[in-house]
Amino acid sequence: MNLWLWILIACALAYLTKLVGYFVPAKLLESPRIMHVAGTMTIGLLASLTVVNAVASGQGLVLDARIGALVAAAVALWLRAPFLVVVISGAAAAALLRLLGWG
Amino acid sequence: MSSTPAPMKLRESPAFKVALSLSIATGLYGVSFGALAVASGFDFWQTMVLSLLLFSGGSQFAFIGVVAGGGSGVAAMTASALLGLRNGIYGMQINAMLRPDGWKRYVSAHVTIDESTATASGQSDPDEQRRGFWTAGIGIFILWNIFTAIGALAGDAMGDPKQWGLDGAAVAAFLALLWPRLKGREPWAIAAACALATILAVPFVPSGVPILVAAVVAGLIGWFSHARMDEGLEPDVDPYAEKHQREHGGRK
Repeated sequence: MNLWLWILIACALAYLTKLVGYFVPAKLLESPRIMHVAGTMTIGLLASLTVVNAVASGQGLVLDARIGALVAAAVALWLRAPFLVVVISGAAAAALLRLLGWG
Repeated sequence: MSSTPAPMKLRESPAFKVALSLSIATGLYGVSFGALAVASGFDFWQTMVLSLLLFSGGSQFAFIGVVAGGGSGVAAMTASALLGLRNGIYGMQINAMLRPDGWKRYVSAHVTIDESTATASGQSDPDEQRRGFWTAGIGIFILWNIFTAIGALAGDAMGDPKQWGLDGAAVAAFLALLWPRLKGREPWAIAAACALATILAVPFVPSGVPILVAAVVAGLIGWFSHARMDEGLEPDVDPYAEKHQREHGGRK
């Protein structure tokens, strides 16, 4: 039940953020600093989420099959594969490494 | 000039065609969101509410990613909200471009995402911008939700998510969302700094919080550095990549 609450708050905030762009005078948001922060934060959060999902296990750091997924995804992206192919490559690499008994 | 073009015209519109193919490509990967959400412990309706109401791929993946790692609901909500900040900037750009009025503003706000913004801003004719934005926005909304449902139902039937490498799929999804934004030296430096901050924070703070530590680091870098202001803010897709390649004969 608790999770439902945070899901709904997240949904409300997501919509309000989008809506703000339509109602706040452009001058306010067009400040280079605010635009730059919104951009760097997007990059920083995605980098952090990648790392957490690759090596964090609770409060520990581990190297397991997920590292294989990270490498496979990077190779697929470098070869300019579409999103879904990248995701499947990551899953396949992790599943294969587990099948071979690692991680 | 009519704002509701005839069907024949629509089929010939470049923005419409681009938006349609982008809708199919983006909608399809809703499957991976649905499957991952269920594997992370979300039930079918929680997964669907995220796709129907939150409707912003990066933020949705962030929310389930934090929960999957054992993070709290507050941390998940915060990460998702911060990752959605760029949509506010997109809203401002679309508002300036299309000037929607009345109820249309409220609808267009909901479908203001990377893909619809990219499709519109790649056109210069106002009618084409409008067709591109609405086709991509509504097309992706419909397909993304259909495929989220398919993924959630399939994920439910799959059993142990680790056996299928679904945790690896999450890693790949985040890297794929980040990748197109790493154009130039500063984005790489920001990504590296935030990755390092995350690794350093993991042993010392509860799950989910390292992501917020990274957000603070990224925010401070953004606040104090004086680089290009649109870094990371170009939408993460380039619907016109092929056209650019034809025109400039090189990768963009």
